[in-house]
Amino acid sequence: MADSHSMEEIQKHVRVYMYVFGTLMVLTVVTVAVAYLHLNIWPALIVALVIASIKAGLVAGYFMHLIGEKKLIMYILALTGTFLVIMFILFISAYHDQVGRAALEMVYHVA
Amino acid sequence: MSDHDHDGHAHHQESFVRKYIFSTDHKVIGIQYGLTSLLFLLIGFSLMMLMRWQLAFPGEALPLIGSLFSDSTMPDGVMQPEFYNQLGAMHGTIMVFLGIVPLAVGAFGNYIVPLQIGAPDMAFPKLNMASYWVFFVGGLIMLSSFWLPAGAAKAGWTSYPPLADIETTGQTMWLFGMIFLITSSLLGAVNFLTTIIQLRAPGMTLWRMPFFVWAQLVTSFLLLLAFPPLEAAGVLQLFDRLVGTSFFLPSGLVVSGELLDVAGGGSPLLWQHLFWFLAHPEVYVLILPAMGIVAEIVANNTRKPLWGYRVMVYSVIFLGFMSFIVWAHHMFITGMGTALSGFFQITTMIISIPSVIILSALFLSLWGASLRFTTPMLFALAFLPMFGLGGLTGLPLGLAPTDIPLHDTMYVIGHFHYVVAPGTILALFAGIYYWYPKATGRMLNEPLGKIHFWGSAISMNFIFFPMLIQGLAGVSRRLYDGGASYEFAQDVIHYNETMSIAAWVLGLFQLPFIFNFFWSIWKGKKVENDNPWDATTLEWTATTSPPLGHGNFETAPTVYRGPYEYSVPGHDTDFYPQDQP
Amino acid sequence: MQIPYTVEARPDTGVNNAKLGVWLFLASEIMLFGGLFSAYIFLRVGSPEWPGDILGHTYTSASEILNVPLAFVNTIVLIASSVTIVLSWAALAMGNFKKYRIYMGLTVLAGFGFLIIKAIEYSDKFSHGYLPAENNFLGIYFVMTGLHALHVIGGMIVNGYFLGPGAKMWKSDPKRFMSRIEVAGLYWHFVDLVWIFLFPTIYLI
Repeated sequence: MADSHSMEEIQKHVRVYMYVFGTLMVLTVVTVAVAYLHLNIWPALIVALVIASIKAGLVAGYFMHLIGEKKLIMYILALTGTFLVIMFILFISAYHDQVGRAALEMVYHVA
Repeated sequence: MSDHDHDGHAHHQESFVRKYIFSTDHKVIGIQYGLTSLLFLLIGFSLMMLMRWQLAFPGEALPLIGSLFSDSTMPDGVMQPEFYNQLGAMHGTIMVFLGIVPLAVGAFGNYIVPLQIGAPDMAFPKLNMASYWVFFVGGLIMLSSFWLPAGAAKAGWTSYPPLADIETTGQTMWLFGMIFLITSSLLGAVNFLTTIIQLRAPGMTLWRMPFFVWAQLVTSFLLLLAFPPLEAAGVLQLFDRLVGTSFFLPSGLVVSGELLDVAGGGSPLLWQHLFWFLAHPEVYVLILPAMGIVAEIVANNTRKPLWGYRVMVYSVIFLGFMSFIVWAHHMFITGMGTALSGFFQITTMIISIPSVIILSALFLSLWGASLRFTTPMLFALAFLPMFGLGGLTGLPLGLAPTDIPLHDTMYVIGHFHYVVAPGTILALFAGIYYWYPKATGRMLNEPLGKIHFWGSAISMNFIFFPMLIQGLAGVSRRLYDGGASYEFAQDVIHYNETMSIAAWVLGLFQLPFIFNFFWSIWKGKKVENDNPWDATTLEWTATTSPPLGHGNFETAPTVYRGPYEYSVPGHDTDFYPQDQP
Repeated sequence: MQIPYTVEARPDTGVNNAKLGVWLFLASEIMLFGGLFSAYIFLRVGSPEWPGDILGHTYTSASEILNVPLAFVNTIVLIASSVTIVLSWAALAMGNFKKYRIYMGLTVLAGFGFLIIKAIEYSDKFSHGYLPAENNFLGIYFVMTGLHALHVIGGMIVNGYFLGPGAKMWKSDPKRFMSRIEVAGLYWHFVDLVWIFLFPTIYLI
């Protein structure tokens, strides 16, 4: 990629990296600050995951140059992401859809 | 990762060690993989031949070789239950992870794929070498565990906790071995994918790739994405065993009448989910390369284009995708709720469709052809009904109502052995007979090959068909005495002897193959030209047999047509090579 | 015949071998950490209390046990190192090898910083008897952060190599060297990415 870039373009890139760095710092502070508010589990989880995803998007998009990356890489990541999400969803459903879970809940008082 | 220096291999004389041991040439690595995995197949099979003695004649001393074993395993030639369990666990592990996968992917993939796509080598030759040696170390770790004081792993190839968590040291070795094998597969998978995507010769578009290459491409994706969760699970089980965590141990677990002293709070189900997330795609890792081999051989020996090449490719991609979302059909009896079990039953029924399409396409390819009954073709032809039987017997296992009574019976063993033994292994033999002249420049002996074929194909059916019958009668798969102490098993117990004799006969029929394999290296009939089968694909038409040294091709071939242009009207021969304009 | 596309991109895919190889490797890494995250979720939803009982005391929030300020500092260290490695690549793109050395050196240094802070964190846990065997929360905490730390070490070895002996290639084959730095950067950013998810999910909620 780099060889097609001119000097000015690289300098522009560097400026973008600094903006992204600043945003990441701010978001990190926000996550920690929110954690000290002691929200309930669901809002806390959603806020934390949304912020983490934004940060991850920034790192992947700008530092890893995923924005404007070739389709091939995108396809591979999309495939991987699909399997990852499937794994999460099925693991959680596997816990929730168990025969006799009601009995388990009575013993352990699981919410 | 980024270290893939390749400059100047071909230019200077290489030392023996660089050329044959720590070689970076994909052809040498392919042969290394091939010989090692064939040896492991033989070892894994020998373990089973020992077990079959105990199953056929429970508690009787093994004649002749029984006295060679130590007192802790077979005192006076009588097999101890612990040793039986070690043999069982290690048979599965060795056959799957050290035998079939490295033969199908490591050996055939390495040797054939770069040649078929017109590449000078794999994309990362050093990584390729590392992949083989990591695999080799993993194999040594697995084998060496037999010499531990308490022997090898005994918890089955699935290593279910809690049993696997509280097992003797053999299980720790198993986990270390697995981590090596998984690492090796990952290195291999990255390499195969990069090679197939990046190093195709000019003109070799995706739709001109032989079906075998497509199968390897999908297989590599499965290895790449399905193996890591098992690596994660392996690390967790290692922690359970070595550090004392309880990821897979529930609270209040009682072992041998005593409460286990661990924190608890874990879940044995977690292991099963992580394990089968790998192990179901793994089934397709075993079968897809086999389908690829069969497709090549069928096209070549029917002298016709494959029937429905594109549909087969779409099917193999769909199979690969679906194989990630069917895993819990191995777990119907774990107390899964109806909604989830419904989901997995539906996906399991769906995944059978592309398999049937591929099988049907291969059968239809035979229609109206004047078949050449060469040895590789015989093996390939036998694959079709055998794999079909394996697949059909799987349907009742994919539906919860029928799976629940059949779970963990000999029926399951019969089912998946039909898929992998007379299915995959016959296909792998077909591949060996087909590509042997490519690697050595000499043909394997045909009469010996036919003896090997008929002996293997027939005896395999005498081993595995009675298993289905025993399983339907309710005989469990893990009985040390083969069911002799169970009242209900008495009507079907006599099959044990039949199966064991058939297993030993199968062993005998491998002797002509082993002899043939080595004898033909020096004494086999030399190939008359570089393309002894009159094939169309690049590995035969654009390079010599045996191929040139490092670099494969003198000049990069250019591809002008699809992979299976046989009997093209108006062409002077009945095959139209891919690299002919 | 030489292996093609080791440096220049293949026209129809648009990438070179190294880049595709590393992205594929990262895809499998995603599944590795994904497997551990799934295990974490599975264990957590199955526990009545999280983190739960440790040494006779019931905890209901991870921040009572783990040192959030230290982990916060570590997050900043790792993100900063992500910036320095991308700047080292930009320096090469501008032909400034000296600047590359400085930024790559800072990246390796940040790696050391991260590990030292991690070591302080771990030894604090050990000295209080918070061992992995005590409780599944501690177990998964040690496994996930430990595996992540191993990835940091692996990245530091690669980066250190390109800082030291590997940098010779800049003279002989600058394009290939840049491609290597880009690829090493991809891996290092991935290590950062994993931490971005580990930090909130393990320490904060």
